[in-house]
Amino acid sequence: MILDDFILRAALAGVMVALAAGPLGCFVVWRRMAYFGDATAHAAILGVALALAFSVSIFLGTLITALGMAVVVSALAGRGWAMDTTLGVLAHSALALGLVAVSFLPGVRADLTAYLFGDILTVGWPELLVIGAGSALVLGLMLWRWRPLLAATISEDLAQAAGFKPARERLVLVLALALTVAVALKVVGALLIAAMLLIPAAAARVYARSPEAMAVLAVGLAAAAVLAGLALSMQLDTPAGPSIVTAAAAFFAGSVGGAGLWRLVRGRAG
Amino acid sequence: MSAAAVTEIAPAGAALIRAEGLSVAYGPAAPILHDIDFTMRAGEIVTVVGPNGAGKSTFLRALLGMIAPGTGRVWRAPGLRLGYVPQRLHLDSNLPLSVARFLRLVQPLSRETVQALLERVGVPGLADRPMAALSGGQFQRVLLAQALAGQPQLLVLDEPTQGLDQPGVAAFYRLIEDLRRDMGCAVLSVSHDLHVVMSASDRVICLNGHICCEGTPTVVSNAPEYRALFGLGTQGALALYQHHHDHDHDRPGKNSHFCDHDHSEAEGARHDP
Repeated sequence: MILDDFILRAALAGVMVALAAGPLGCFVVWRRMAYFGDATAHAAILGVALALAFSVSIFLGTLITALGMAVVVSALAGRGWAMDTTLGVLAHSALALGLVAVSFLPGVRADLTAYLFGDILTVGWPELLVIGAGSALVLGLMLWRWRPLLAATISEDLAQAAGFKPARERLVLVLALALTVAVALKVVGALLIAAMLLIPAAAARVYARSPEAMAVLAVGLAAAAVLAGLALSMQLDTPAGPSIVTAAAAFFAGSVGGAGLWRLVRGRAG
Repeated sequence: MSAAAVTEIAPAGAALIRAEGLSVAYGPAAPILHDIDFTMRAGEIVTVVGPNGAGKSTFLRALLGMIAPGTGRVWRAPGLRLGYVPQRLHLDSNLPLSVARFLRLVQPLSRETVQALLERVGVPGLADRPMAALSGGQFQRVLLAQALAGQPQLLVLDEPTQGLDQPGVAAFYRLIEDLRRDMGCAVLSVSHDLHVVMSASDRVICLNGHICCEGTPTVVSNAPEYRALFGLGTQGALALYQHHHDHDHDRPGKNSHFCDHDHSEAEGARHDP
């Protein structure tokens, strides 16, 4: 395989997104925010439509709508709405509304799959810079707020008693999620961003013995999935975004299956 | 150790938390708590008793700033170090957490400190155990160790003896008493047991929407009838609280609450299940 410039850029973009998605994905798993991630990511399509309509950058458009959706969802959660149903309604409404809005814009329809499933192979150097900056910001937020974030995740009461502010930590997560959606849109697309958060973290859970180990392992698995997915895409000419998520899913299956096998073997031996 | 001896050394501490005219309501319903005036002082042990639904947990949460007061105000000493043991703690099974990591929830701790804390609460050697693998009693003590990790000036316990049998309750109370003696921290705890409280309590507060009455507990360890009831194994850790209400509960129209618990002391000595 020839390591072309565009493959290098794609790999870099994917690995940078993995750096953000690993730790953030762990919080999504621990706080049971899977649907929350979905709703935020689906709102990105609406952001694409708005960005194209008002000719601002796609990154800015998706960042703003994702942030808006995340804030609305957190506010509703605070008021005691049944989150399962509310998130389902919001996630699919945002996606449908976004698709309808995009259809009004001439000449975009053909590109729609790029926003739904990502277009990592066309990442240019300026875009790479934006993805890098966004991912670095998310990773920095996670590292900076790690202890209070984790304390608030384990128990908001204990965090509060210790002088942390759980409400502020929730806001940090919302901001990080919106940023991740905005940078990951190009890599795996709106439909599969939540998968990039969820699957590596879930696979890491099987072997991790501490929250920190789980976050590091999730980053590693996400990065490996990006590289394996890109290779798959090159070899078989499959769409890159879904190939990356397929690779992550394979890691998850291997991880769960491997752990089961290990228990079986150890059980026989002992 | 008798309650009287503890009372002599405890008072005259600086105020740690003060509530004035505190009331808390969830939505437009009648307030859960109303007209609460309360001061927690350094070094004292205060036990709050009251029936289910009396607002005991709400009281603690309002004092700790976890819920905003409806009216009145809550003052906390600036820089107050709090240790909080919640009534329940649900841990997500997807979060891998060892006992040592849980104790490091709020601040980094050395390996030695973690081991010393666990030893202090009577569960040495659990440091590397996953939290999910602990028994109920071990979990309770690890929660206590976490609360002690920040060297609190005030230890707040929400129904800490729930699910423990009588010897377990006595042992837990003795531990709290020792901790207060060694660390000098004040202890504010809540119990749904209306009559049997920690004998080291300087004050017992009977709460049912408001503060019905407060006073010192009567030590029961030497009275033969209570020895018969609780056995000899409690070593004076348990005491009896006699309720003295200064208002009439037979006219609910006059007071905006009902004390639906039993105030007769003879009944109380028999210990509610």
